[in-house]
Amino acid sequence: MKKVYKHLFGGTEGAIGIALLALLLALVLPASLDIFRLNLVGKYVSYAFVAVGLVMLWGNAGVLSLGQGIFFGLGGYCMAMFLKLEASDPISTKIQSTPGIPDFMDWNQITHLPAFWMPFKSLPFTVFAVFFFPALLAYVLGTAMFKRRVGGVYFAVITQAVALIVSLGIDGNQGYTGGRNGITDLRTLLGWDIRTKSAQYILYYVAVALLIGCIVLGRTVLSTRMGRVLLAMRDREDRLRFSGYNVANFKIFVFALAAMMSAVGGALFVLQVGFISPSLVGIVPSIEMVIFAAVGGKLSLLGAVYGTLLVNTAKSLFSESFPQLWLFLMGGLFIAVVMLFPTGLAGIYGSARKFIVRLSTKWRGRSETMIPSATVVPTELVNMEGE
Amino acid sequence: MIFLASYSPSEIWSILVMQGFAGLSLFSVLLLMALGLAIIFGQMGVVNLAHGEFMALGAYVVYLCSQVVQDHMPAMAPYYFVVAIVIAFFVAGFVGMFVEWSMIRFLYRRPLDTLLATWGLSLVMQQAFRSIFGAREVTPTLPEWLMGSFKPTPDIDIPINGVFVMALSLLLTASLALFMFKSRTGLRIRATVQNRQMSGAVGINTGLVDRLTFALGCGIAGVAGAAFTTIGSTGPDSGQRYIVDTFLVVVFGGTASMLGTIASAFGIAQGQSISEFFMEGTMGKVATLMAIVVILMLRPQGLFASKVRT
Repeated sequence: MKKVYKHLFGGTEGAIGIALLALLLALVLPASLDIFRLNLVGKYVSYAFVAVGLVMLWGNAGVLSLGQGIFFGLGGYCMAMFLKLEASDPISTKIQSTPGIPDFMDWNQITHLPAFWMPFKSLPFTVFAVFFFPALLAYVLGTAMFKRRVGGVYFAVITQAVALIVSLGIDGNQGYTGGRNGITDLRTLLGWDIRTKSAQYILYYVAVALLIGCIVLGRTVLSTRMGRVLLAMRDREDRLRFSGYNVANFKIFVFALAAMMSAVGGALFVLQVGFISPSLVGIVPSIEMVIFAAVGGKLSLLGAVYGTLLVNTAKSLFSESFPQLWLFLMGGLFIAVVMLFPTGLAGIYGSARKFIVRLSTKWRGRSETMIPSATVVPTELVNMEGE
Repeated sequence: MIFLASYSPSEIWSILVMQGFAGLSLFSVLLLMALGLAIIFGQMGVVNLAHGEFMALGAYVVYLCSQVVQDHMPAMAPYYFVVAIVIAFFVAGFVGMFVEWSMIRFLYRRPLDTLLATWGLSLVMQQAFRSIFGAREVTPTLPEWLMGSFKPTPDIDIPINGVFVMALSLLLTASLALFMFKSRTGLRIRATVQNRQMSGAVGINTGLVDRLTFALGCGIAGVAGAAFTTIGSTGPDSGQRYIVDTFLVVVFGGTASMLGTIASAFGIAQGQSISEFFMEGTMGKVATLMAIVVILMLRPQGLFASKVRT
């Protein structure tokens, strides 16, 4: 029992951290914000899934993907296709020349539903697809690259190119994907109106619960021996390979896991915000999601959530009042996080905590106590991508 | 190919010539974009995601020059462009040197972090362009001799600005090759790339070489941007449109191989212009990019593998 507790939550320390986050997201924010602002937070929560995935992939396994927007988008598009089909039943689309198909298809002179849209009439298939297709794509990309030992910046550049391809491809096929406008005007989920206030509350809580679930899952993976292997892979990949581990398979696994997390975020984004478009898939959103994780601290699953909330709040505040300043700030943030705070918020918290512990032990006149290793951010982090 | 049947043989010939020229012109554009990056990424291994913004910087320098010339010395209007290109080289080079000094040199051992930091730099530069020059795209007033087109036969129509860009990219490639392989500094750059510690041991100031190399790459990006003002207008986010293409050209060619960069720019340009002839604009591009990514997955080291030990 104790072992399970330690694995799932990372001991008391970790459990408190998760409880605090849950308290903030589930009680403090809903109590203090109106539904419009809470819906915004819900949107950020769905980005946080990507950031949590990136902590696994980048912080712990040392693989930086600049294409996580692809998976976010895939999850989102799967969900949106289901909702769009439900929204375009023959009665509400009877003014179209072909009733019963999504409006953008009708505008593009498509007269019957394309075959790949058909299965998205079923919700179970959609849920399956949200997990399956991103994982499949991650598996294919990962196998092709990691097996040939493509890593580091090459992997980053290639995933960025794939993000460009996917967003251009969606953009260029308006009849099948909704094109640049994306899939909009989503109304109901199995007859349940998702635009009402109560539905938005419920969906927000679902998102928060799933996010906590993702964090616990991430903790579990990292606390097992697999987590050790991932860390070792990040620090000294060659030694791990010489020790007989198949490095590529671990990378593929964690890439697919991060992809699935991002896809869940995408699906929840669509449910809460009510649209998806290629602008959420391309290069810019993908790299912005990396900065969410970096600000939070790329080693900390919880930090990633705080980082996402903080950056996005700053973004919406600044782009409302000083739109010109925002890009300077965002750019400065990228530079500052990399050059000054490579461990992000979690690192700052870690060193503050270390400082307080040291002070209090001094004050009590005791000898230095060991700090539980789970919370100490390794100082070697700065050189972690050395070579 | 059926639709070609409706043309006469001479018309088909003209189409082929113009299509071939379009491919060559795209080739020189890609080559210009990639040359600077081939040095920075290929030789130094630094991922500079702000490379596109250095091109935009060069373009804006030309725009500024054209404004100054128009207002103060209209007599110089036909000749200013050549001077403006040189100024663009130095301005972009100096900005690059400053960036290397203030940022990049701390990050050589952390390539992934360089990538994020230079992305941040690109955002800052974009917003700086927007604040200074406005959000609208600008075009410098081009000298007369760059306008218009050749007409060797009534059907064939070759734009002069395309020929100019082509000539410039050939000139730049040749002088870069000369510089890298025949000059003292080029030798130092190559030595530092191949074995940094050994180069340091024989008395090369590797830190200085890094700074010069980075500045050179940025300067070439500035020239590329300056050349692009002849074929399109410049906006604050122009740079971002180039960046993926540029990286793919360099990676596809095989990093650390200049010949590879040239070959891959040629291959990608021909592929893209042919596929754009048969498909819609974006889908042609998607097809080309996809082909490149698939080839890179099968052959990650690129067309020309480097023989440098890393």
